[in-house]
Amino acid sequence: MTKLPGKQMVVEALKREGVDVVFGFPGGAIIDVYDAMEKDGNIKHVLVRHEQGAAHAADGYARATGKVGVCIATSGPGATNTVTGIATAYMDSIPMVVFTGQVPTSLIGNDAFQEVDIVGITRPCTKHNYLVKDVHKLPTILKEAFYIAGSGRPGPVLIDLPKDIQNQVAEFDYPDKIKLRSYNPVVEPHTRQIERAFKLIEKSKQPIIYAGGGVIIANAHKELRKLAEAIYAPVTMTLMGLGGFPGTHEQSLGMLGMHGTYCANMAMANTDLIIAVGARFDDRVTGKIEAFAPNASIIHIDIDPTSIQKNVKVDVPIVGDCRRALKKLVKVIEEDGRPPEVWKEKYQPWWDQIRAWNKRHPLTYKTEPGVIKPQYVIEKLYELTKGKAIVTTEVGQNQMWTAQFYKFDEPRTLLTSGGLGTMGYGFPAAIGAQMAFPDKLVIDVAGDGSIQMNIQEMATAMEQKLPVKIIILNNQFLGMVRQWQELFYDRRYAATEFSVTPDFVKLAEAYGAKGFRATKPEEVEDTLKKGLETDCLTIMEFAIAREEGVFPMVPAGKATTEMLLV
Amino acid sequence: MAGPYFIKIQEFLPMKHTLSVLVENEPGALSRITGLFSGRGFNIESLCVAPTLDHTMSHLTLVTSGDEYIIEQIIKQLNRLVDVYKVVDVSEGEFVEREMALIKVKAEDETRAEVLRMCDIFRCKVVDVSPKTYTIEVTGPESKLKAVMELLKPIGIKEITRTGTIAIQREKKTL
Ligand SMILES: Cc1ncc(C[n+]2csc(CCOP(=O)(O)OP(=O)(O)O)c2C)c(N)n1
Ligand SMILES: [Mg+2]
Repeated sequence: MTKLPGKQMVVEALKREGVDVVFGFPGGAIIDVYDAMEKDGNIKHVLVRHEQGAAHAADGYARATGKVGVCIATSGPGATNTVTGIATAYMDSIPMVVFTGQVPTSLIGNDAFQEVDIVGITRPCTKHNYLVKDVHKLPTILKEAFYIAGSGRPGPVLIDLPKDIQNQVAEFDYPDKIKLRSYNPVVEPHTRQIERAFKLIEKSKQPIIYAGGGVIIANAHKELRKLAEAIYAPVTMTLMGLGGFPGTHEQSLGMLGMHGTYCANMAMANTDLIIAVGARFDDRVTGKIEAFAPNASIIHIDIDPTSIQKNVKVDVPIVGDCRRALKKLVKVIEEDGRPPEVWKEKYQPWWDQIRAWNKRHPLTYKTEPGVIKPQYVIEKLYELTKGKAIVTTEVGQNQMWTAQFYKFDEPRTLLTSGGLGTMGYGFPAAIGAQMAFPDKLVIDVAGDGSIQMNIQEMATAMEQKLPVKIIILNNQFLGMVRQWQELFYDRRYAATEFSVTPDFVKLAEAYGAKGFRATKPEEVEDTLKKGLETDCLTIMEFAIAREEGVFPMVPAGKATTEMLLV
Repeated sequence: MAGPYFIKIQEFLPMKHTLSVLVENEPGALSRITGLFSGRGFNIESLCVAPTLDHTMSHLTLVTSGDEYIIEQIIKQLNRLVDVYKVVDVSEGEFVEREMALIKVKAEDETRAEVLRMCDIFRCKVVDVSPKTYTIEVTGPESKLKAVMELLKPIGIKEITRTGTIAIQREKKTL
């Protein structure tokens, strides 16, 4: 057994957990860990320009890879700057370990310089957190943190490291495996429940699969597809679920909810059986809950029991890993032996209805001569990238247009802040994803507002030579809020219009990056081509129709069938 | 087939539930639990924390109220906390519950005997005596404490401290 100081334990743990890159920003209270990392030399550190960027980058890395993302910050302001990033990861169940420096244990509680109770602050937005008070416990805490972050319903875990602990020495007894008596997520679904689920499927005439982010987290996309194809059921996805089932598949109805497709929302409203997989019946999906899917029975597969029966009553709860549950369910269906054609025939009238809805109101937009429509930009982007890029988004209209018009066929190709809706997420997340996949095309679809929330990370991307592409859909508005004001506040545009916006092309150049701008529809394709072909950080700015809206739209608090359409 | 509906509609009357929670004796564990209740808008009517025979665990008795679905959520949410080992809804079956109060009551010439008589009836103990007060210890279910307090009120209660409820399930009487 070797004796190590706390700071070195951290580095050793990172190596043993297979962490190859961390995102962070130093300071006095974490300087020792940085020193140990520097001496060791095996861990790539990405120096960000703001700790929020580090947290989002670690999150983007985690979403793109499925591995635990790691970020590091100093005490006090460094730690508080990570909070938005931690809360973002928490809401979307993203595995992350956050290290923060802390004042020496002897000073804790003294209002010491740069002291903040980060463990207290992050308690409601972490899956778990630790203030390390005894260096002997550090190896176990490190192991636990990675285990907790990545297992069950994943989430961020924070470890607060007082400066003296970083320098105290103890045995480094790093456990290979860990078992916690108070934390045992149920992964294996109950066979009887699966059988009950199958009975409901058999009885159903109008089923729908409603897939959420859990499908992607559990790497259950293949199994989901098998299920859908085995019974020929329509599939709709939440924002977080996009890519969990191929968007170009004939059985895909696209996204549902507030800005979901007409046919997805109509199908949900008229279904007699919802098969919910890794989704949580969030208010953006259900709309007015009293009017949600009035005739439906519900099968709900989720690893987190609290998600089940939280907002809607569930007929067959299945607690467990989505992948295992789907595997078992598919097996039961296969054993039943009915070929897909039988199911297809059974659901034919249902499909006819769905196709009629889709024909009546397909996802669309109006073109206007001389004006760039944002939907057109996304469509072109999809065409040019053949759907092969990793796309991150900011928040607002840009996010919804991307979700609607880019067809995500693969999991982990759309990285977006769904639960918290954090403006400023997309660009640092793209940095994280590009660090993980240097050879892939990584694109941040941004709004003119959101991009300015973490624009400083351009320097980070340049420093790391990351060829991230930023597409700014510039409507010179905080567009999504403006849309609400237009529709529900008599067009009083309170505080949604910037009178000053930087020249994004010049801004790109100022950072040593490339910048392109399109102001007319005929320039769109060319600008995209030029921008996507560069080998460095690039901004492509599109001057889009200023008051374009995102439709369909279910007004907040309304039933999902009460959609405002194009 | 039962359709889904808005669970927060109070379909059942909110009922009192007594939860028994075993939790790791770690710093922050209690705050995680109370934070969960405040953050999710559940209420805590009383909370009692004490060590157990195993010094690595603490035992918590928590009285809350809500309809069936809220209680289900509370129990699930508690279980989701990494530090929580076990949650039992003690009030689901037969159980014994007790609370203790120390009541400092005015006991002057004309009321001294009256206070003692009541102590006798309710099997309370006098634990401190001063020329003008008695401090009495009363133990029992909450209803008994309430009754004693109601009766002592007219005499003049100077101060009360209460422990909060603790509870334990009854063993099965049959084999
Ligand atoms: C950090 C943060 N602050 C405020 C909001 C509220 N908000 C949601 S969308 C939006 C407008 C975003 O504007 P922009 O980035 O230009 O995107 P657009 O909607 O115009 O495409 C705002 C302010 C938010 N989601 N996140
Ligand atoms: Mg905008």
